[in-house]
Amino acid sequence: MSNNNYIALIPLLPFASFVLLGLFGKKYFNKLSGIIGTTSLLASCVLSLYAAYTYFFVFGKVNAVYQKFEVLKFSWLQFSTTTSIDMGLLLDPISMMMVVVVTFVSLMVHIFSLGYMKGEERFATYYAFLSLFTFSMLGLVLSTNIFQIYIFWELVGVSSYLLIGFYFTKASAIAASKKAFVVTRFADLGFLIGILILGFHAETLDFNTLISTLTNPQSAQFLSITSASFFGITALTWALVLVFIGGAGKSAMFPLHIWLPDAMEGPTPVSALIHAATMVVAGVFLVARLFPVFALDVTALDAVTYTGLISAVIAAIIACTQTDIKRVLAYSTMSQIGFMMFALGISKIGGEEGLGYMASMFHLFTHAFFKSLLFLGAGAVIHLVHSNEMKDMGGLRKLMPITHITFLIACLAISGIPPFAGFFSKEEILLAASNSNKLVFYVALITSALTAFYMFRLYFSIFWNKESQAHSEHGEGTLTMKIPLIILGICTLAVGFVPFSELVTNNGIGFHSHIDYLFSITPVTLSLISIFVASVLYKKQNLEPEIISKSLGKFYTSAQKKFFVDEVYLFITHKFIYTLIAKPTAWFDKNIVDGLMNLMAETTAKISELIKGVQSGKVQNYALYFFAGIAALAILFIYILK
Amino acid sequence: MNLSLLILFPLIFALAIPFCNGLKQIRMLAFIGAVIQLLLCFALLYFYSIKRNLGNTSQMVFENNLVWFAPLNINYHVGVDGISIAMILLTAFVVLAGILVSWNEERMSKEFFFLLMLLSVGAYGFFISLDLFTLFFFLEVAVVPKYLLIGIWGSGKKEYSAMKLALMLMAGSALVFVGLLGIYFNTGTFDLIQISQMKLSFEVQKLFFPFAFIGFGIFTALFPFHTWVPDGHSSAPTAASMFLAGISMKLGGYGCLRVATYLMPDAAHYYSSAIILLSTIAIIYGAFATMMQTDLKYINAYSSVSHCGFVLLGIGMLNQTAINGAVMQMVSHGLMTALFFATIGMIYSRTHTRLVSQLGGMLKIMPFISSVFVIAGLCSLGLPGFSGFVAEMTVFMGSWKNSELWYRIATILSCASIVVTAVYILSAIGKVVMGNLENNKFNALKDASWNEKLAAILLILGIVIIGIVPFLLIDLISPGTNWITTKL
Repeated sequence: MSNNNYIALIPLLPFASFVLLGLFGKKYFNKLSGIIGTTSLLASCVLSLYAAYTYFFVFGKVNAVYQKFEVLKFSWLQFSTTTSIDMGLLLDPISMMMVVVVTFVSLMVHIFSLGYMKGEERFATYYAFLSLFTFSMLGLVLSTNIFQIYIFWELVGVSSYLLIGFYFTKASAIAASKKAFVVTRFADLGFLIGILILGFHAETLDFNTLISTLTNPQSAQFLSITSASFFGITALTWALVLVFIGGAGKSAMFPLHIWLPDAMEGPTPVSALIHAATMVVAGVFLVARLFPVFALDVTALDAVTYTGLISAVIAAIIACTQTDIKRVLAYSTMSQIGFMMFALGISKIGGEEGLGYMASMFHLFTHAFFKSLLFLGAGAVIHLVHSNEMKDMGGLRKLMPITHITFLIACLAISGIPPFAGFFSKEEILLAASNSNKLVFYVALITSALTAFYMFRLYFSIFWNKESQAHSEHGEGTLTMKIPLIILGICTLAVGFVPFSELVTNNGIGFHSHIDYLFSITPVTLSLISIFVASVLYKKQNLEPEIISKSLGKFYTSAQKKFFVDEVYLFITHKFIYTLIAKPTAWFDKNIVDGLMNLMAETTAKISELIKGVQSGKVQNYALYFFAGIAALAILFIYILK
Repeated sequence: MNLSLLILFPLIFALAIPFCNGLKQIRMLAFIGAVIQLLLCFALLYFYSIKRNLGNTSQMVFENNLVWFAPLNINYHVGVDGISIAMILLTAFVVLAGILVSWNEERMSKEFFFLLMLLSVGAYGFFISLDLFTLFFFLEVAVVPKYLLIGIWGSGKKEYSAMKLALMLMAGSALVFVGLLGIYFNTGTFDLIQISQMKLSFEVQKLFFPFAFIGFGIFTALFPFHTWVPDGHSSAPTAASMFLAGISMKLGGYGCLRVATYLMPDAAHYYSSAIILLSTIAIIYGAFATMMQTDLKYINAYSSVSHCGFVLLGIGMLNQTAINGAVMQMVSHGLMTALFFATIGMIYSRTHTRLVSQLGGMLKIMPFISSVFVIAGLCSLGLPGFSGFVAEMTVFMGSWKNSELWYRIATILSCASIVVTAVYILSAIGKVVMGNLENNKFNALKDASWNEKLAAILLILGIVIIGIVPFLLIDLISPGTNWITTKL
């Protein structure tokens, strides 16, 4: 193995940029900060491409198996002789793949923001936060230790919080940022307790050691974690389900998804980076990282499968009814992550056996490109029309040709039309589903058709439908906004051809996968039909959509209201936590606990008031007390204590 | 190194203050005194690590033992280990920051700075004492000035708060004293090291442990004796709040660990579940009570109740990891809460309000102060990179080692408090820092001055250093906690 210490620079460059811009940016070089942030990220991106290339093609494979390497590992916080939080870099196929995705998409977003955020007063702060996010996300994917991943997990959470609340004077942005943080924090509580259970039984927090001891059925650690139980469920199941809750929170899985649509309050490039391509797939990454352990437990895997499946369907239905283009994309993200989740859930260990795992990672990879493209395209549209609502758009294809073409490419990709990237990965997911679980397969098939429908509903509403009312004062946007769109468009055309199954599998042994054309006919045809339906309904302005939505009645309105999940949460937090817990606690403290203390003080004062008469200063009284005291003592000694 | 210097220097500066004229001279003297003290503490840390690196494994170093009052076996016995050094460094940071934020205290400034310095003498003396009587003496030296600081320079219902605080802390001291006397009459000595090598009978431990633990516990907001915290803090002037939460509450935690738990380990095991119960209540209850507060100082005071619960929880878990966590939490909470109170003081001195509802949009007019506020908040909710995270996680990891059901439930509940903390901290940030400017009069307000900036940077530096390289702190305190846990 060659010297890989330079890989540490990949996360550290954005960190340096964060420190520099965060401390001095605003005051000394506000205008230049975009260039500084972008340059450091460009360097980081080049390094990560080089690192991935050398890993996959030069040193990573030993005896036809991709190995795991740990670089620059040191003990950060020692808890006991065996358990400690270590910091280090873990190189394996999924971490190298994620490093490429994160730095590349982040670079595109950095470049796009140069134009999009131009003239913003807190330009330097914006780039500082972007750098902080990129650093944390890179730290997350390179983690060697389950506690290290938790640390960066929290850090990406806070960067997301800071960026959602970037427009800090907007009440909705403040509420959204708080909601995103609190909901994911709640999920992270599960993650934390899961870590505590795993760490306690496995006696290590290190990923490699953890996986190797737990997957050995003879090890004392494995016996300990499978024999201990709580409410009849083994500690292993508890730990994995709890860890998965953390992942589900970050990845916006039902019912913890409520923060993601609101998170669209942040600047649109941020949504492209954090809430589409990178941070929200952290949950998928976490399950993939611990996959050998998850594979030991059927219950945990089922939880992953069905949570993913339900999220995929629900989000797709809701996406069909939303009118805010960023919210449509947000639900679409949730739905696609649902695909990745259930693909993991139905997977097994091994090369071909682990098709679901490979497909999930492949979809994560392709999705990052076309979804960030969709968001950046939406950003360009919003930049032009100054609105997020579909009704303010329409007919924009002539005004913004580049955005139009790239957006179309991305829509075709997400709909799974060959030869665009999404086709390849989605096909693998469907194939894996059909091989292992028919129920999952049919639901996924329907969801995939719905995907094509709502994406083209979005596409036609923005670029066709009515004639454009928008008049552009600044055209399609600056060059820095167009370049990322073009690059991502090309990637969306190209990345499907990456021989992914030969590079990323859960046991390191690649296999040759091929597209089964006979199998593909059904999903592709369904998607094409959906696109056709969408074009009939939305290409020209007509009344059909309204008639259909009316005929669906209550179902449509409840989907539009996001199935009232938010209301349920509000009820629980306000009625239950505020009114039944927090308020009584504060009252109790003020009146009972503190009241008792004051009562004690008052009683003391009253008693002293009563007995102060004793200190009268009259000698004859004192003499009386004196003799009375002697008499009392005498009685005490003679009769009682004899 | 002679530890008595740590008491001597602040004392000399305190006594020199009355001879100064005018605020400028006084504050400069206090400032120089605090800086020298900080350098002295770093020198102590340096010489200490040299000693340890040379292979010195004795429990205490730089010991000094002089007879003070022979008939009662009272000695002036001082010495330090890693735990005391961590607490001493914390004190030095908070004192310097406190003096910097009181830069413009014009009202009776001589007395004010004198009392601040006197308070620090008490704290330094307390942390280096190895004789129970000396320790108690310094504890009292640290209590009395607070009554005056709140009663004279305070705000709001200051007489009530000052009285309440003084009475409750005095009651705590009285309990502590009973505990100490109990130990003394059963061992014949006040010397902490000697007592630790003897074996107190279980009956004696069982009888006197509650006195010592509850007594010190009152200082560190043990439920249900925490009610002095909100009132005391909210009425106190900024620097006094900082000293109170940053240093005084740590006297209690340190005492619980060093005196109660270390000297009476069997009783600590016996009462462990009770300690866990009370500290878990404090953690959860404090967090929920904070949610309903509307005054910034009350928010921080109640959240201190919750955060100090982690100190007692860690001690009550009785294993080295958890106790390491408890000590880290003391240092972390000391720095963080001092930072929070300093920021609240900065906001209050400008806007003359601490009510969350009347503030808003501070980020627009005072970006520095607002950023510090956000940093303090993020540290309080346990964000990695700041000290709170490592301390809390160490407590959790240690707590989880106790596998009985009751301890598990307590740990889970304590973990759950981090969600509640996130709720109230983010609400406060959302309302105070973000949003639109609530009051147009605030438009002309100025951002932090150099002294306030320096104070904030100093404390943030401490927080971030512990948060990013926590192994420095844990390596420092581990030998000390090891001595304590081997006796358990």
